[in-house]
Amino acid sequence: MKAKIIVTPKKAVLDPQGKTVQTALEHMGYRGVKAVHVGKYLEIELDGTDKEAARQQLNEAAHKFLSNPVIEDYKLEIE
Amino acid sequence: MNFVVLQFPASNCDQDAVHGVRVLGHSARLVWHKESSLGDADAVIVPGGFSYGDYLRCGAIARFSPVMQAVKQFAENGGLVLGICNGFQVLTEAGLLPGALIRNRDLQFHCEHIYLKTVTNDSPFTSQIPSGKILRIPIAHGEGCYFADEQTLAGLKANNQILWQYCDASGNITDTANPNGALQNIAGICNEKRNVAGLMPHPERACEPLLGSADGKLIFESVIHALQSRLAKAA
Repeated sequence: MKAKIIVTPKKAVLDPQGKTVQTALEHMGYRGVKAVHVGKYLEIELDGTDKEAARQQLNEAAHKFLSNPVIEDYKLEIE
Repeated sequence: MNFVVLQFPASNCDQDAVHGVRVLGHSARLVWHKESSLGDADAVIVPGGFSYGDYLRCGAIARFSPVMQAVKQFAENGGLVLGICNGFQVLTEAGLLPGALIRNRDLQFHCEHIYLKTVTNDSPFTSQIPSGKILRIPIAHGEGCYFADEQTLAGLKANNQILWQYCDASGNITDTANPNGALQNIAGICNEKRNVAGLMPHPERACEPLLGSADGKLIFESVIHALQSRLAKAA
């Protein structure tokens, strides 16, 4: 099994990287960019086949360690 | 007094902190991150640096080290803990201080002297700073922008937990004087119990005139004063 976790800054948190990338895109002539958010992508390879157990475990890990709930949100996918 | 200075892989202000304490005539020793006990400690300094390479997030991995479990216990028992720079980040990640430190708003690493206004003398970390004194202390960080949600920020203000704010040389809290975009120019805070504090600037790098400023001493002297008062009360 493989888990994919995407960590992004919360909307209320200043995201200077996202802002800078957005400005750069605009300078390059890409139109219609409303906002850019720069985050992290983690790919986790897992033993076993029990998706539900893996989800439970990784939700806990994501909340406790892989993301900081004060400043970040995360999405978890298991495939 | 006996200060313990933690040492993580890639701590780089640990020796400076030890030196700063010794300059004041007190003893300090390093405790490695794998230790599960602090030993004989009156106060703990979590020093600056790039613990565990700042991987994942600054301080995110250090908070799970064995020594941090001992620091949590020490803080729960009322022990004084001061986090400097990366140490501040570690303490927020560990939940010992509220909020978080994020990337500087201009994405630049700032290494310069800044001015600090002490917001309150009512803490073991600020009691000996003369009222109205503006501290000149260096910063050196890329992720020092203090953030907290509205509710947390309101709590910090209500409980008088904001200890230091970035200001100009005359003590005005302005946006120009804010090096990293920190909310309300916050440079340092303490917890509700007032025994754990963190700040992004480096007082240990400003303990001798030779270093360009000795203002940082006032913070360590405050801690020492608080410890001595505790001892006197206990006697």
